[in-house]
Amino acid sequence: MSSTPAVVVDEVSKRFRLYKERNQSLKAALMRGGRASYDEYWALRGVSFEIPQGSTFALIGENGSGKSTLLKCIARILEPEKGDIRTQGTVAALLELGSGFHPELSGRENVFLNGSILGMTKRELERKFDEIVDFAGIEAFIDQPVKNYSSGMYMRLGFSVAINVDPDVLLVDEVLAVGDAAFQEKCMEKFVDFRRAGKTVVIVSHAMGSMRTLCDQAAWLDRGSLVEVGRADQIVDRYVDKSHEKEVAPSSSATPASSDGATPDGAPVKTRIGSGEAILTDVTVLDAQGLPANRFRTGEQATIRISYECSERVERPAFALALDTVDGMRIWAHHTRDGGLDIAYIEGSGHIDLAIPSLTLQPYTFDLSARILDHTLTHTYDFLRHCYRFVVETGELRESGGVVALGGRWNADLPSIASEATV
Amino acid sequence: MSVVSDLKDSRGLLVNLTLREVRGKYKRTLLGQGWSLLNPIATLLIYTLVFGFVLRVPVPVGEDSGLQVFVLFLACALLPWNFFNNAVSSGMGSLIANANLLRKVFFWRPTLVVATVLSLNVTFAIELGVLVVLLLVFGSMPLPWIPLLVVVVVLLTAFALGIALLLSIANVYFRDTQHFVTIGMQLWFYATPIVYPYQLIQDQAARMRAAGNDFPLETIYRLNPLERFVSVFRAMLYDNVMPYWGDLLFCLVAAVGSLVIGIVVFNRSQHRLVEEL
Ligand SMILES: Nc1ncnc2c1ncn2[C@@H]1O[C@H](COP(=O)(O)OP(=O)(O)OP(=O)(O)O)[C@@H](O)[C@H]1O
Ligand SMILES: [Mg+2]
Repeated sequence: MSSTPAVVVDEVSKRFRLYKERNQSLKAALMRGGRASYDEYWALRGVSFEIPQGSTFALIGENGSGKSTLLKCIARILEPEKGDIRTQGTVAALLELGSGFHPELSGRENVFLNGSILGMTKRELERKFDEIVDFAGIEAFIDQPVKNYSSGMYMRLGFSVAINVDPDVLLVDEVLAVGDAAFQEKCMEKFVDFRRAGKTVVIVSHAMGSMRTLCDQAAWLDRGSLVEVGRADQIVDRYVDKSHEKEVAPSSSATPASSDGATPDGAPVKTRIGSGEAILTDVTVLDAQGLPANRFRTGEQATIRISYECSERVERPAFALALDTVDGMRIWAHHTRDGGLDIAYIEGSGHIDLAIPSLTLQPYTFDLSARILDHTLTHTYDFLRHCYRFVVETGELRESGGVVALGGRWNADLPSIASEATV
Repeated sequence: MSVVSDLKDSRGLLVNLTLREVRGKYKRTLLGQGWSLLNPIATLLIYTLVFGFVLRVPVPVGEDSGLQVFVLFLACALLPWNFFNNAVSSGMGSLIANANLLRKVFFWRPTLVVATVLSLNVTFAIELGVLVVLLLVFGSMPLPWIPLLVVVVVLLTAFALGIALLLSIANVYFRDTQHFVTIGMQLWFYATPIVYPYQLIQDQAARMRAAGNDFPLETIYRLNPLERFVSVFRAMLYDNVMPYWGDLLFCLVAAVGSLVIGIVVFNRSQHRLVEEL
């Protein structure tokens, strides 16, 4: 990977004019005899960061925080008022719904038109045409005008063209949301291929789950300003926490965030989020003897105990657990509803256990997070992130590397050293 | 010159967009490309009826060709005017018509205006071809002038393009520009000797001089670049004579001036283009 960044965003500010009148007219301007009256709105304020070559980069933030605006600036569709943006190599952009197709023209004509806008020659396009249509999976409709396409088909074709142009930098805004599951999967694979080929992808999305796993780095925008840049998983987590905090902030009944601190091993400070009707009082991992422990061996038996307390009766709650490695990779999550446990209600205080017959984790350090939700899994009563840290050490079950132990066994009809020795 | 390199980079796109315009224009219509000829024929007939038969505009005799046919006299000026008028009005609307494209992809923006104007050149060329055939039938001999004709068409294209570029951007910022332009073009049409010969203006000027009025009518009238273009077209096609050098020079200056101003203004004002669309 080369050292020059693929994209440098340097102190970029973008201002929009919000006109008082809906349509600017020459007549009005002549009669007024001068400037139109408008308010200024800074959609981006002094944003700076670098996107390394070959990385998959996420832009996250709330609605209206300026993500699309920034992407359009990178694509040179908008010009920033201040600062500048430098890109290495060719850039192709796939911006919010559609990619500049002409509704009256057929899919075929649009592929050629769009391809030539993105800088492909006619010959290249002819060569790649089948591949493009194939990837989009809309052979049957290719000679129909695109105005008759469904939004998913429209997006698939746009994505397919953009990807087959083989740009050095691909900008993607919110487009995957309309594709069906199979296509989304195909896109994800394509992104991975892209990264492998040393190309850069910049993605704007609200699908935090996939952003977290797909992207290496992320930038978080808030009302046009940059909050943080850094590793995608960390930024996404902090962003998600923050937006949950905001969501529950007005309800004063919420318990204040417990900042009481670190577990014995010096685990990170707990963060607590939720509306607080039920709160998590303790989360512990018990060993085979039923005693709290911070050290386990691969393959050992363990039990995760979640203790709760309710200020009122809570109907149909769900409990959820998630496990991250200490460096932030999500490796596992599970909740009671998927586990087939539908709790009618909880009251007062109590606990719930998750029994793990064999801890199939390789030696590493892990952080546990826990959450109490309503039965739709959309509302959080309480959430403790990284509230319990434990270490796994080498045990009887021993595998060579990684974080999970699958208990795999080698089988082969080949002479091995041990069997030869007995001959 | 960044404009030249931009143009070079967008060559493939330009060709593609132009073809799209040419093909798209009459797609799904019964007569297809035939429509492109029907329109000027209809206008020619109407004007011939009104100005040739009803108002009895005097038809000059072609200097070398000896022609005296109103319809041909009219066509030699009306076709260039039609081209100019269409180029300006569709060119100026091309940014708004392609807002969808501008909002989604980056490319050299003037390409859209250029493609629209070039696509009209195709129609113009066909019309001129038909006109030349008709002229030959009626006994005019415009063939030797065709190389110069091509040059003048290029100049007229440049002139129209400059104005279209200027107005296309104005039209984005002020949506009612189009209405003003429509009115302006109507004025311009009658201020140019298309449906009447230049002779009528000369006569009028002479009458005014005789009455002691020294208003410089002819000088002002001849400041109109289209008057020069029309004279040049008529000289070559209708009269079969070499156009005046002064007129040709005037056309050249007007074409270059318009194009330079168009490009400069376009470049200066395009930075907020997309957000205003
Ligand atoms: N052409 C425009 N004219 C005026 N204001 C605009 C224009 N485009 C965007 N804005 C404003 O700029 C701000 C940022 O918009 P932007 O589309 O970048 O948000 P976003 O982060 O992409 O949001 P979302 O998550 O909803 O896609 C918004 O407040 C929006 O109203
Ligand atoms: Mg957006």
